[in-house]
Amino acid sequence: MKIESLFRLKGMIRKEWLQIIRDPSAIAIAVFLPIFLLLIFGYGISLDAKEVPLAIVVEQHGQATDSFIGSFGANPYFTPRHMGSIQEAENALKNAEVDGIVWLQHTFEQEYLAHQSPPVHLIVNGGDANTARLVEGYVQGIWANWLNQEARLSGRKMNSPLQLEQRIWFNPGVRSTEFLVPGVIAVIMTLIGSLLTALIIAREWERGTMETLLVTRMTVIEMLLGKLIPYFGLGITGLTISLLMGRFVFEVPMRGSLTIILAASVLYLLVALAMGLFISTIARSQFVAALAAMIGTFLPAFILSGFIFDIRSMPPLVQGLTHLIAARYYVAILQTLFLAGDIWPVVLKNSAALLFMGVLFFTLVILKTNRNLEQQ
Amino acid sequence: MSARLHALIIKEFLALFRDKKSRLAIIIPPIVQLLVFGYAATFDLEHVNLAIWDEDHSPISRELSARFSNSTAFELVGHVDNGQEASTLINTTQALLVLHISPQCSQSYHQGESCPVQILIDGRNSNTAMLALNYVRDIISTYNADLLEELPNRILPVQLEMRARFNPNLVSRWFIVPGIVALLGMIVTLLVTSLSVAREREAGTFDQLLVTPLRLWEILIGKAMPGLVVGVAESSLIILITVYWFKVPLLGSLAALYAGLTIYILAIIGVGLMISSMSTTLQQALLGAFLFIVPAVILSGFATPIANMPKFMQTMTYLDPMRYFLIIVRRVYLEGAVLTEFGHQLWPMTIIAALTLTAATWLFRHRMY
Repeated sequence: MKIESLFRLKGMIRKEWLQIIRDPSAIAIAVFLPIFLLLIFGYGISLDAKEVPLAIVVEQHGQATDSFIGSFGANPYFTPRHMGSIQEAENALKNAEVDGIVWLQHTFEQEYLAHQSPPVHLIVNGGDANTARLVEGYVQGIWANWLNQEARLSGRKMNSPLQLEQRIWFNPGVRSTEFLVPGVIAVIMTLIGSLLTALIIAREWERGTMETLLVTRMTVIEMLLGKLIPYFGLGITGLTISLLMGRFVFEVPMRGSLTIILAASVLYLLVALAMGLFISTIARSQFVAALAAMIGTFLPAFILSGFIFDIRSMPPLVQGLTHLIAARYYVAILQTLFLAGDIWPVVLKNSAALLFMGVLFFTLVILKTNRNLEQQ
Repeated sequence: MSARLHALIIKEFLALFRDKKSRLAIIIPPIVQLLVFGYAATFDLEHVNLAIWDEDHSPISRELSARFSNSTAFELVGHVDNGQEASTLINTTQALLVLHISPQCSQSYHQGESCPVQILIDGRNSNTAMLALNYVRDIISTYNADLLEELPNRILPVQLEMRARFNPNLVSRWFIVPGIVALLGMIVTLLVTSLSVAREREAGTFDQLLVTPLRLWEILIGKAMPGLVVGVAESSLIILITVYWFKVPLLGSLAALYAGLTIYILAIIGVGLMISSMSTTLQQALLGAFLFIVPAVILSGFATPIANMPKFMQTMTYLDPMRYFLIIVRRVYLEGAVLTEFGHQLWPMTIIAALTLTAATWLFRHRMY
């Protein structure tokens, strides 16, 4: 690179930097936004149902009913509320005062003593299907434990020929925060990289200053670099804040090496910047650029990246579509590096995809800006 | 309606629809989002990748393996012979879980003891792990009951019967898709309104508008109209798609749904105009809109239940208009609720709408800088 090229680049960076400093909203995005988002997401998004209000209806008490119901009181997942009748409980379920009902009919004790295998009814509010499933799972667990305990106490043979032993790897406490925080970092990087960058070039087009830049002696590459470097700096600031908060505020384990986490993050930040530049080059108006950045980058990073909704649960067509979403690869890398450790096959495969997308978008941006030049 | 108000409203609609790109940007993306997110936003697991590590090779272990691999919940990706292979499959995410049957299984069973069945599961996404474990439990308890039946004089002392109200098959799409009505209604309305004043401020035409004979409330109506029309129309389109494309049952009253929708959209317009009046540039307005949308979506309970949040955050959700409308939408769709059941949701939204619209009108004249 020639000396004068460096001078031009320096001037361009200085201009962009002044624009950032003079409009406090951009600084706010880099510093305030990560903190704000991590707090909102970190505390606001949780799939861990705890102290679920559960109505308990026992129509006739006895030794077996009391021992069965007793196991709910000792469970951290439930807050049992005893109710007199099934009608009362059904009403509470409809008004969302409880999430489920455990119902032992008046024949329960008698049938139990007569070895007639009486049913325990569990009724859940299926509206929120995910919570309903978790409640079913917890109740099944309590029921299975009770069966074993009952067999031991009565000195009979086992009640369950097969006994389930579960080993949950990487996250034995089943805290959803541990997989959500790495996803939040991906969303924040997308915001800083794409939304902010999409706005800047679109603004130059809208205000007509793009033509001014184009008639200077600056080359397209210099101009793009000049725009990218300051925003890359903002992104790194956001990343540092996010990693520190993830580690020390949300106490997410960091089992992989910090170097690889940083390297993968820099790679993703570059891809996000390239996507932002691409959008702004096409859109040319801030309104359209903002909408496109929201819909093309932020919302997919939120919904299609595997951050909250597991990609494995999606229909095959949508799973195919997620391969076009850069955030998906970054979320996979981060979740593995944070929770599982340096598992090279996962890191390399996803980094390769990110690298490919980065090269693709930068090429598109350069081609697109060149063509615009010729049109002028 | 006065002639000048009429003229202002026409001007506002022209400002919004004049440009072809912004016309498309208002109509196409929300529909695409609805279709994609409607399918993507699900917690229901199907075809979970499963590997089997059978050290027993007995009739019992083979039957158990068969029950797992024949279940629609699981997709058998392979057999492993040792712990090393099992952990490689899980580490590299080729299998979500490994079913491990220890060598003494059938021996213990014939001696009248329980056979431990071990499940190794990838907890990187803990929610997926919990849901997959539910399927595992179902299969194991059914097999347990069947095994007990074969033994003389043995039955399960107590059975567990599970039922779900309002959504018997626990399809999580029925929960998420109605929520998208609230989500997209908000995004579209907020983008349309938050830009309207800021665009004029940036172009310098807002001061001209203020010195015309138009009263402030007329400017408010003129600026609110496009948001209201676009917001309600777009939401209606989305409601049609949720019912006829996604086949989500809409059991309750449309009156309740539309009463909620109108007040909700008005509250969002108030927020949008407030953001717009406080901004001097389009960029600030967009960022402001964004800073509202993200917490509003999270705190509404759209993706994860409000009940799981810490207490101080649950209190903050009362400020969020989407929280109230989300309850209305979900209950109207799935529970068949009617208008009279929503007093507790409608009045807070009305207050939010009144406050934000008033504040926006005041901010037209009193800039923040």
